[in-house]
Order: sequence, then structure tokens, then C-alpha cells
Amino acid sequence: MADKINNKEVLFNPLSKNNPVVVQVLGICSVLAVTAKLEPAIVMGVSVVAVLAFANVIISLLRNTIPTNIRIIVQLVVVAGLVVIVDQVLKAFAYDASKQLSVFIGLIITNCILMGRLEAFAMANKPWPSFLDGVGNGIGYALILIIVGFFRELLGSGTLLGYQIIPQSFYDAGYVNNGLMILPPMALILVACIIWVQRSFNKDLQEDN
Amino acid sequence: MNKQSNTYTIIYIIVLVVVVGTALAATSLALKDRQQENINADKMSQILNAALITPDKKDVVAEFDKYITEQFVVNERGEKVEGVNAFDVDVAAQIKLAADRRELPVFVCTVADGSHKYILPVYGAGLWGPIWGYVAFDSDGSTIYGAYFAHQGETPGLGAEIEKPAFSSQFEGKQVFKDGRFRPIAVVKAGQQPLNGEDYVDGISGGTITSKGVGSMLDNCLTPYKKFLQGLGQERQ
Repeated sequence: MADKINNKEVLFNPLSKNNPVVVQVLGICSVLAVTAKLEPAIVMGVSVVAVLAFANVIISLLRNTIPTNIRIIVQLVVVAGLVVIVDQVLKAFAYDASKQLSVFIGLIITNCILMGRLEAFAMANKPWPSFLDGVGNGIGYALILIIVGFFRELLGSGTLLGYQIIPQSFYDAGYVNNGLMILPPMALILVACIIWVQRSFNKDLQEDN
Repeated sequence: MNKQSNTYTIIYIIVLVVVVGTALAATSLALKDRQQENINADKMSQILNAALITPDKKDVVAEFDKYITEQFVVNERGEKVEGVNAFDVDVAAQIKLAADRRELPVFVCTVADGSHKYILPVYGAGLWGPIWGYVAFDSDGSTIYGAYFAHQGETPGLGAEIEKPAFSSQFEGKQVFKDGRFRPIAVVKAGQQPLNGEDYVDGISGGTITSKGVGSMLDNCLTPYKKFLQGLGQERQ
């Protein structure tokens, strides 16, 4: 199987046809948690891309040496190590963003996309396709995060990346920010809307009754 | 070599943990100074924020040295304690001690018009984690000149709103001494008033527990400064 893998598909499939969030419905928890504002959503997305790509490469390099009994533990140790490094780097070079994300960077460890990709892909494939798979899935996840974050910040706070977008005249005319957008349930509803839109474009994703 | 044997497994995991541990220790050591600089600069900018000065990110340290003309530590009786650096006092650890044993840092800020503002740190609990802040007093020891609050992980859009100027600017001009009695500012639901008639600000709707946390944080952390603030007021008269 390993030699038949098409690198292009590995990289681009997770963006839409096989998106980890809206098709496989993995990693929903962090979509709820970090998307009330756009900026933490972007930093979170980039961090997940980095961690996932490197974890995939490392596990793929080790894949023939890992004893089967403890493979999940090995994967966890590698992911946890990388996440702590990312957290430390953010604290040193992007202190404000790391302050905003606080515990959520640490929670990347528990993101099911990571374990899913390591177990399903990196354990069975060579490093280069694994790297592309990690980048692809990470970007697929980041895309959804950014779309959800965009709508939640715009409709919930009237800003984007902290800049006021909805003009004051709207508020004077009686427009009110939708407080519901800030609450976690709205993230789920937005994800559901994305799934709806995506499936209406991709007929082959629709399930038969 | 049998990769499924216990010996292989144990040796494998030991090697892995040592390698990962070394990598983490190395990263932590390499980045420590930078991180500490960031943390210090962040603390300085928070202190200045309380005195309504918003320094540019690059010159935080210079601005801090320019405005904060004196820092010292007092005890509950309002006397200066020698030999303790106010900036290094860990407020989070201090609030666990009994009020009469605490080291209470004071930052004196000389603002543009030459008057002194006294900035006091506060620390408490929100809904999900710690909240903290700095409150700047006018030299009468009663009027609040400005306040700054921050949090670790309050809900964005709800409890997290305490860090917005919309919340903290409500404190400006409030008095902690009213009718000769010391009562730190209460945080109440919008539209309500506190029972004891002290000065109050509106809490955040949807962030009730965080708002209450701010109220009890002010109670807990400002009360030990009572003598010190009183002293400031008398000095002026």
C-alpha cells in the first residue's frame, strides 16, 4: 500500500473531501474552545499544523522500531514533548498570543486528530508522505477553525482580529452584537452549517438513507 | 532481536523518555531568559496600565523606569519593610498568608502632571482560574485613579471581559473610604446596589462568578492596605 500513495492526494484530500473536522468529525472540542476570536484560532491552527507535521515525521521514522504493546504511549510522549516545545517557543516569541491561548496549547495533546493521524497514517507510511499528511490535516483543521472564528468574532463582537469592523452607525441604528455567537454551542451550529454547505457541494459525501 | 519482548519494550521507553526529557530541558533552558523578559515586561505594562499609561510594546522597560519612581513593600500596619524588592513579591503566594504577615508591594507612579499615584497589586480567583490586577490610587489614599484586570482562562466574551477598559474604567473616581469607613469597591449585577452603601461598579452579565471574584479579590487584597492608605490621606491633610 505504501508505495501506491499519491502525495498530492495525501496533502490536499484533508482540506475538503476528507477534512478531519467536518468529514471525520474529529477535534471538535478545540473548535468550540478557541474560536470565539479569530486571532487565537489562527495561532492554534498554526500550532496544530506544526505539531502534527513533526509528530507524523517522528513516528513514521520510528515506526519499525516501536513495540506494538506501547505504541500509543510512544505516540503520546512524542506529541506531548512537541506540544510543550511549541508552548515554550510561543511564550518566548509570541507572548501575547500564548497568553490568550493559555491552556489550549497544552490541550493539543488530547486532540483526537493527532492520535488519529499518527495511528492511522504515520505508523504505516514513510516520513515524506507522513509529513504531507500532517501538514494537510493540520491545514484542514486550521481552515475550519479560521472560518468558525471569523463568523463568531464578526457577529459576536463586531470585530476581526480586534479591529472594529461593524461601523458605529449600525449600532446607532439599533444593531446589537449577537451574544449567542460567543457561547460554545454556536461553534457547533456553525460547524454543522459548514458540513451542510460542504456536503451539498460534494455529492459523493452524502450518505444514502 | 525480538521487538515484542519485555526487555526491548522497557529499554525502548527508557531511551525515549530520556531523549524527550533532554530535548525539553534544553528548550526550556535556551528560552528561559527570553520568557522571563517577556513575563517581566508584561508585568510592567500591566502596572503602567493601572495608572492609565499604555506604553508601546518595545519601550515597556524604559517607560516603566520613567514613570515608576519608587517601589517599596509595606506591612499591614502601613510601615515600610526593608530588604524586599516590591517587583519580585509573589502576590499569589502572599494572599495565602494571614493579613498581618503579608508583604504588600506598592508602586509609586509619577504621572505627567507630577502627581503621585500609588499602584497596588490584587490577586484572586475567577471561574476557571486565577484573576489578578493592579489598582492605582490618588495621593488622598481613597480615590481610585485607574485599574487594570487580567485573567488566565475566563470564558472569552463573558468573564474575560474584565480585562477590557469598558469594565476597568468603571473604577475610576470611586472612593474606598466612605464616611470614614474603609470599604473596597463592590461589584454588583447591573442595575443593583450593594446593601452597605459602598461605592460599586456593574459586573459583567453572563460572567457573574468572575465578577464576584473581582469583588472578593478587591476585598481580600486591598483591606490589608487600609492603614497604608489611611496614612496617605492623613499625610496630605
